[in-house]
Amino acid sequence: MTATAPSTRSTSTTTALTGQPAPAPRVRGALDYALVLGVLVVGAALPFVMTTSQMAIANRVLIFAIMGVGWNVMAGFGGMFSFGHAAYFGIGAYATAYTVVTLGLSPWVGLLIGMVLAAAAGVGISYLALRYKLTGAYYTMSTFAFAEALRLFVQGSEPLRRTVGFSVPVQQGSSFAGFQFPAGSPWYWWIGVVLLAICLLVTILFVHSRPGRFTLAVRDDDVAAAALGIDVLRHKLVAVAISAAITSVAGMFYVQYYMFVDPSIAFGAHTSNDAIITAVVGGTGTVWGPVVGAVIMAPLSDLVAGFLRNPPPALDWLAGQSGLDIIVYAVILILVVTLLPKGIVGTIAARRRKQ
Amino acid sequence: MTTTLPATDTSPPGARTAPRLSEKSRVLLVTGAVLLVVAVVAGLRAGSGAVLTQALVTGVLTGGIYSLVAMGLTLIYGVLHIINFANGSLVALALYLTLICVQDLGMHPYVALVVVMPAMFALGALLQATLLNPVMKAPIQIQLLITIGLALAIENGLLLAFGPNPRSVALPGNTGVQVLGATVELSRIWAFAGALVIVALLALLLQRTRVGTEIRAVAANPEGARLVGIDIRWIYVLTFGLGAMAAGAAGVLVSPFTTIEPTTGAVFNLTAFVVVVLGGMGNVPGALVGGLVVGLTEQLAGLILPTQSPLLAVFVVFLVVLFVRPRGVFGRSA
Repeated sequence: MTATAPSTRSTSTTTALTGQPAPAPRVRGALDYALVLGVLVVGAALPFVMTTSQMAIANRVLIFAIMGVGWNVMAGFGGMFSFGHAAYFGIGAYATAYTVVTLGLSPWVGLLIGMVLAAAAGVGISYLALRYKLTGAYYTMSTFAFAEALRLFVQGSEPLRRTVGFSVPVQQGSSFAGFQFPAGSPWYWWIGVVLLAICLLVTILFVHSRPGRFTLAVRDDDVAAAALGIDVLRHKLVAVAISAAITSVAGMFYVQYYMFVDPSIAFGAHTSNDAIITAVVGGTGTVWGPVVGAVIMAPLSDLVAGFLRNPPPALDWLAGQSGLDIIVYAVILILVVTLLPKGIVGTIAARRRKQ
Repeated sequence: MTTTLPATDTSPPGARTAPRLSEKSRVLLVTGAVLLVVAVVAGLRAGSGAVLTQALVTGVLTGGIYSLVAMGLTLIYGVLHIINFANGSLVALALYLTLICVQDLGMHPYVALVVVMPAMFALGALLQATLLNPVMKAPIQIQLLITIGLALAIENGLLLAFGPNPRSVALPGNTGVQVLGATVELSRIWAFAGALVIVALLALLLQRTRVGTEIRAVAANPEGARLVGIDIRWIYVLTFGLGAMAAGAAGVLVSPFTTIEPTTGAVFNLTAFVVVVLGGMGNVPGALVGGLVVGLTEQLAGLILPTQSPLLAVFVVFLVVLFVRPRGVFGRSA
């Protein structure tokens, strides 16, 4: 949506949007950096105030948030609306699982392999798509088809254990090198928060960097950007590489936290949807949109499940049925897209700008 | 190929028609030759003519079903320029409606067409009028996200209402018959025939009726259509209704040989996308040819690479076609 709405830039770039040569702040995006610090502080404290089951939900928020942040770099800042981010999530997840289970190495090695592979895959497929000038619906189809083709490929590959998937073997005790801790340990959360903070920092640095500025220019008007001498293809590919690498981090964290992955979890269309919906509800093209979206969307299924455990008498027949959580999720998506097309953070930012 | 929606066919009639047709027949010829080579390779791999014949017949029949499912998708894309991600879910919904008609109302599965098709038309028209019409001027992602939301809502609504257990619909007198030495279920032949009839009816509607002309006018140039007094929003509603009705017809016709689950739609979505892109998005007869190609590719790939999913070959074909001929193999060359 940002491709046609140049006003939906990152929340921190308000000076650029007033159209006046306002005095530049000393540090670009100072507010964003402060907020990252805030995320780290809140993140550090959270396990002391929340129960173990609440922390399980919080960890899912982390996974959604990292996926959304990754998707947002490509779609929100790069203007390429991907419907197949499950591909990069899945590459991250499978690279980690394969490294840990088959090669017996540390998941951190798997993380690096996953990031490199995801970025390479993203650049490869996007190079083809952009080289052949796929736009609109055709571009959407190519991203969607790439994720599906990967799922089918993994399902048919013996070394990747076909449809069975990987289970990470349980080790004794805590291990930072092995990224494994006893069930319910807050270390998963703390490490995840640091990973999220790093992904956010990368996004913020990117948006305020020279290549990032050029990428935004390309997103808003690629013909004008090209006329100014900006290498359109290269800047789009840089955004894709960063986006894919960040999304693969979410895949790695998923595997280490749930200790299991299979082709449908890793590459299924619902995984792509989660990445998109998180960012869209929060606000595409804003640094903090995906985080806000994750906080709203990720706990939904648990909230609905909790609600159905003790339903009001009128809704008694719903007890024990599944599907309601996704229906709520779908309704929120449709409402946000229809009524707040800029997402929550995008709408708030637009309001503040008007005042 | 005369019923190509104007979205993919903007050339004036007359002078340029002849070379374009020859271009198309050339593409068809090449496609046929490639399929022939693949079929020979598949036959050699399988090492038996009977296996190959079975694969070819099954491929053509399944391909007809794929075309039918893709028909609504391509129609909606041609006119509204929306990829309807909910198309597969609409097929799933029609499957469950058929199930109700057969199990609770005691209808013959094909009689259910009379109930399901109007119901699906009404639903499609309603969705367009209430949800999509207000955002038709918004960027394409907005509309795609709404159809994704619809797909999720329908799929999980079915899960909520019917539970996750697979169901099936029995067709009375559904026996295997011999076709060219291959054994196929009678219901698949009926579905194939039904697909052809529906394609023909849609083509007739688009080509020979006033409302069909209006639909094609909106597809070609919405602003121009509005200026000559066509109510675009009504045409959008009508088109989405027709698309949903095609999905509904597909649901009824495939019900005797399909496992009915809330997630059945997702399976149909994938192949339908491929068919639509192969056939040229918005090209109704193209979808028919595209469906046959996909059906055959799937079956032959199953013979050549027995360990991989046959759908993988379909997707590789899909990606190659997207990059090399994004307007579709059978659409107008760009």
